[in-house]
Amino acid sequence: MSSLLDYFKISKTSSASLAKERLQILVAHERTSQNQPSYLPQLQKELLEVIQKYVNVDKDAISVSFEQDDHQETLELNIVLPENQTRKF
Amino acid sequence: MARIIVVTSGKGGVGKTTTSAAIAMGLAKKGHKTAVIDFDVGLRNLDLIMGCERRVVYDFINVINGEASLNQALIKDKNCNQLYILPASQTRDKEALSQEGVGKVLEDLSKDFKYIICDSPAGIEKGAHLAMYFADDAFVVTNPEVSSVRDSDRMLGILASKSRRAEQNKEPIKEYLLLTRYSPERVRLGEMLSVEDVQEILSLHLLGVIPESKSVLNASNSGIPVILDEKSDAGQAYSDIVARYLGENKPHRFIEDKKGFFGKLFGSK
Repeated sequence: MSSLLDYFKISKTSSASLAKERLQILVAHERTSQNQPSYLPQLQKELLEVIQKYVNVDKDAISVSFEQDDHQETLELNIVLPENQTRKF
Repeated sequence: MARIIVVTSGKGGVGKTTTSAAIAMGLAKKGHKTAVIDFDVGLRNLDLIMGCERRVVYDFINVINGEASLNQALIKDKNCNQLYILPASQTRDKEALSQEGVGKVLEDLSKDFKYIICDSPAGIEKGAHLAMYFADDAFVVTNPEVSSVRDSDRMLGILASKSRRAEQNKEPIKEYLLLTRYSPERVRLGEMLSVEDVQEILSLHLLGVIPESKSVLNASNSGIPVILDEKSDAGQAYSDIVARYLGENKPHRFIEDKKGFFGKLFGSK
């Protein structure tokens, strides 16, 4: 009977579908990070230092992303300012 | 001009050398003069799979260093007079391979051969880099297993950015998927990634599926490329792959479970 059950087994529970899901996430992540310029982490760190001179921001409040298509390269910088801004000066 | 094919994977043990030997033999058997080169300096094994390990006198590095001519180093296959093997050096270290040296050897071979198969070592170090650098086509050998699929994807990124074609802004290397050690039954049971799953993740053109087969070990035991075992499923699968590569229209085999509906109902695991 086990083979009858196997035949109708829902693929959602299988280890193969788990493998596929994990790989899709991983591969998508690795592809984007592979195409990024190598200076990105350093740039993010230095930008954070500059911004922190003026505004109290958390280190997670800044994100730098790099995107590339056939025509152009885009460097996107995102800074989330705290709700009640406290200027340092 | 020869067509240069790299057989690559990133991960080790997925069947690069088995595939290189089979594809080279298949192309040669079809009448195309073919050379197959082992790029795994220090860990050569192509000679063993091809059954010519006792006839190695000079190797790839000897040719690069000018210590032997190409004709002295090339070993004529005992089963097919259109096929030649260039073994890797077993003693020198990998640094002995240089881009200029490899380029020169490939250029010289191109004058006389129709196809040059480069059997890449595992990893992404110098040997693997030089094996793929000059390629026109890449056969990406992948097992339906997470680490192999991930490494193949990494290899695809390298093929697209670090090859001669990429650096010279030429038409990119043509990439083909060869899915090896495939078990349709385990796919049916949901225990193994299916060929569609792997294709979807890697977005690669499927050249063929090689089923998990006892004949592969039997072939390597005896030093005869598995493609010459015409009765075996793996041998037939490789023959199909060679035919498809050469433009023949061969429907895919070995993807479906052999058992019919009743076999699935009443068959044992």
